[in-house]
Amino acid sequence: MNITIGIGDLKVCRAPDVLVTYALGSCVGVCLLDAEVGVGGLSHIMLPESSPTSAAATPMRFADTALPMLVKQMEMMGASKMRMKAKIAGGATMFNVSSDKFNIGERNVEAVKRFLSANHIPIIAQDIGLNYGRTQLFYPETGIMEIRAAAKGNKQF
Amino acid sequence: MIKNYEELSPIAIDALQEIGNIGSGNAASSLSAMLGKPITMNVPTIHVMDYQAVIDEIGGPEQILTAILVMFRGDIKGMMMFMLDNKFAEIVVNTFMGKENIDVIQMDETDSSAVKEMGNIMGGAYLSALAAMAEFTVEMDPPSLTVDMSGALMNAPMVMLDDVGDKVLFIDDGFKIDNINVDANILLIPEMESLDILMKKLGVN
Repeated sequence: MNITIGIGDLKVCRAPDVLVTYALGSCVGVCLLDAEVGVGGLSHIMLPESSPTSAAATPMRFADTALPMLVKQMEMMGASKMRMKAKIAGGATMFNVSSDKFNIGERNVEAVKRFLSANHIPIIAQDIGLNYGRTQLFYPETGIMEIRAAAKGNKQF
Repeated sequence: MIKNYEELSPIAIDALQEIGNIGSGNAASSLSAMLGKPITMNVPTIHVMDYQAVIDEIGGPEQILTAILVMFRGDIKGMMMFMLDNKFAEIVVNTFMGKENIDVIQMDETDSSAVKEMGNIMGGAYLSALAAMAEFTVEMDPPSLTVDMSGALMNAPMVMLDDVGDKVLFIDDGFKIDNINVDANILLIPEMESLDILMKKLGVN
């Protein structure tokens, strides 16, 4: 079964289910897998940091609040944080405009990396940055992350 | 002071609708003059919509569109994103460069600057309508053009919206050129403070 993750949302599943999130621009898709128990998760991060109000209202949008939730939900399905590995994609700069809002892709990637490193979850593959949108498919059964992009076709990581 | 677009009254929406009508007319004459072709504009409709609903409305997250993004400043500040069928880019490049069947996703520098300029002129027509009606001075930054999946394009306005909720002002428009229908949609994202000033100026709210 394909499970779709919307913008600023997260989902977990057991192999052989597949996790899909469409059209990441500056957003970052974080795939986590505990291969031993076949539990995977995907979080579609919109922004790096929450504020106290936004953390309460929409915690799944922000790297600092979404990723702890993702890990916890996977643990509730029997996964262990110590065995988790990460594959990440997105964080592009979609428009060449001078505004501090526009390095948001880069800041999203930094925030994701900061969390993963603090939690000792290694990043084993990444397809990040540059200037194009990416659709991300994650197969917990094989651990493969597939990226679909308009100008680049499909790539597997 | 209004805090998100949902709080706009029906009268305020009517005022914005009128700006849309004038903008659309101006856009048609500018484009028609530049391309040397007659253009028929549809009557635009303005909606306050959730960004997820906008993505569905324009063909889903993986629909490839031509987007021109402009930041504006002056008496009113914010962002405008103009999203067009890729047919628009094909028509512009065909008219100015004489090329047929171009790959819109991988346009060269010359082709893409022609498209960017046309889009900028059209988008600018809406902003000028707004500025004229409210007697505002509005300056536009240089535009930026991207052809890509609509969901990824939408990330830019969504990030802007972080402070103001999930709703955008969505102008659903379109035009006919050489008997080809071209969908054109505009997302207008004034900063909340600016929208408040605008509403006061227009005498609504």
